[in-house]
Amino acid sequence: MKTLYKKPESLNDIVTHYCPGCGHGIVHRLIAEVIDELNIREKTIGVAPVGCAVLAYNYFNFDVTEAAHGRAPAVATGIKRALPDNFVFSYQGDGDLAAIGTGEIIHAANRSENISVVFVNNTVYGMTGGQMAPTTLVGQKTLTSPGGRSSCTAGNPVKVCELLAPLEGVKYLYRGAVSSPSKINTVKKAIKQSFEIQLAGGGFSLVEILAQCPTYWGMTPCESVKHIETELVKTFPLGEIKKWKKE
Amino acid sequence: MVDKNLTVAKTGNEAMAEAMRQINPDVVAAYPITPATEIAQIFAGFVADGLVHTEFVRVESEHSAMSAAVGAAAAGGRCMTATSSQGLMLMSEILPIASALRLPIVMPEVNRTIAGPINIHCDHSDTMFVRDSGWMQVYCEDAQEAYDSVLMGIKIAEKAMLPMMVSTDGFIISHCMARVDLIPDEDVTKYLGQYKPETWLLNPDKKITLGGLDLQDYYFEHKMVAIDAMYKSKAIIKECCEEFAGKFGRNYDFFESYEMDDAETAILAMGSVCGTAKVAVDNLRKDGKKVGLVRMRVFRPFPAEELAKTLSNLKTLAIMDRSDAMSAGEAPLAIETKAALYGRKKQPKTHNYVFGLGGRDIKVEEIEDVYKEMLDFTQPEKNFDRKVTYLGVRE
Ligand SMILES: Cc1ncc(C[n+]2csc(CCOP(=O)(O)OP(=O)(O)O)c2C)c(N)n1
Repeated sequence: MKTLYKKPESLNDIVTHYCPGCGHGIVHRLIAEVIDELNIREKTIGVAPVGCAVLAYNYFNFDVTEAAHGRAPAVATGIKRALPDNFVFSYQGDGDLAAIGTGEIIHAANRSENISVVFVNNTVYGMTGGQMAPTTLVGQKTLTSPGGRSSCTAGNPVKVCELLAPLEGVKYLYRGAVSSPSKINTVKKAIKQSFEIQLAGGGFSLVEILAQCPTYWGMTPCESVKHIETELVKTFPLGEIKKWKKE
Repeated sequence: MVDKNLTVAKTGNEAMAEAMRQINPDVVAAYPITPATEIAQIFAGFVADGLVHTEFVRVESEHSAMSAAVGAAAAGGRCMTATSSQGLMLMSEILPIASALRLPIVMPEVNRTIAGPINIHCDHSDTMFVRDSGWMQVYCEDAQEAYDSVLMGIKIAEKAMLPMMVSTDGFIISHCMARVDLIPDEDVTKYLGQYKPETWLLNPDKKITLGGLDLQDYYFEHKMVAIDAMYKSKAIIKECCEEFAGKFGRNYDFFESYEMDDAETAILAMGSVCGTAKVAVDNLRKDGKKVGLVRMRVFRPFPAEELAKTLSNLKTLAIMDRSDAMSAGEAPLAIETKAALYGRKKQPKTHNYVFGLGGRDIKVEEIEDVYKEMLDFTQPEKNFDRKVTYLGVRE
């Protein structure tokens, strides 16, 4: 019998702590599938964030270290510099990467550290209960913007890919989503591209993934995936933001 | 005095947020962190509902939150923020700047241990880490005290021209519902009055520079001003506690003495564990044991003389710390208390217990055991074969 579908070797078989309908689990699976396909599990080191994915190390069947909130790119930098032959990626939420860790991501990118960054943007601080993040949509209601985010007092959503794109050290940027099977397949290709760039010694790359947070968007899982496709994409357009050019 | 309609059930976080609503600060800048998140979050609701006139800034980190507080206070504003643990760690660069600039920022701090390993539960490692940052530190036993201490904190901070953190034990106080008697809004407004800083930036009548470079020539003298201010803040705290008691009927001091009049043996501790220890005291008193409790509230300024006086008549004293000082011999509260007792003619035999790290629970029976050990310790020949006892830790 031919096996069509199975649990990736890079994932452990344990019960998830993520809320029903959360996008994090899908992203975990995509990373695990890509690592299996590239056959790099034995040399992979992940850097987990402080955020809902704080327990990522439980799910991944390879070495993972935990970084302080926002510091994952700096920790990944250190690991990669010490172990250049290993494959190193950071996994970060939008609070981790686009709020408290803005300095670290910009400078890791600018130095073109040869690491891959998987950036899960759910437009809120999930772990702490759904407060406004720099990526929160204008008008979006959160616990700290109960009347909806106002751009007058809280600025506009930070578009990480567009912010990083002009830096020469940044070799590849892609924004995808995990809101439908076709988008999931597409973003998986982007993750693979990013990982291959690192394996080829290409330098810094980042894949941003719009992920649903039904719990803190106050929506059902079905509504939340629709919300990505109708609303989030208006602020965060999908596609390749910076193309990989082999030097 | 107590208005029934103002007797409410609130968690520690809700009570502190309520105090902030009544204070109506000019600027609040905050970044979420468990277990303090709710304070700023509830406050964001007050802002959205137009109940306060505060500029509320959802900054990108605690480093920026404290920096914004420094800026706002230097500009003459009454300003606040709230945090815990890693947030306080990230603020730590700015904390001594705030105190050296003599800025009366008041900050609810919900005690949570510090990473690593990463853990969200209570101990006092976070605030102890910054105990020499020039901030006044008050540790509360319950939501009522947290509410009162934040209100009083504004008064004290502005008189002393020093910042203050008011801390509650994470989850144990911050998230547990308790009875709180609120003070009417008008009375709080009247009590606190308008903040009138002596100097502030952009005051054309009195131009100043803040935070200038200060090398070998004057740094020491300027640091001395902040050190002096911390010593002098003791009298201000005393006076403000008396005023508060007179106006609102609730008494606070540097520390609380519980069943201490005839006590031969006592525990000295801080925070929510004191509620548990009071039960242990009551139980042992029923058996005729002369035990008491001293609950430290104000750790900075450290009330060395007052404390030493209260403790010196005891035969034995257990000092219970909810943090460790990593091989300093004993933990912070013990080190400072023993320094205060040193050289006095009469002083108790002491032993230091470290408990509850990372939220490890401590029960009445365990505290009763501490008392029993201390009662035994009153016999002259009894001694400990160790300096610190780590309570409730598995080997
Ligand atoms: C210095 C510091 N500040 C604040 C926190 C509290 N905190 C933990 S996770 C988090 C936000 C997480 O949001 P995000 O990165 O968007 O990830 P998500 O949980 O939404 O996946 C915050 C503010 C912390 N751990 N450390």
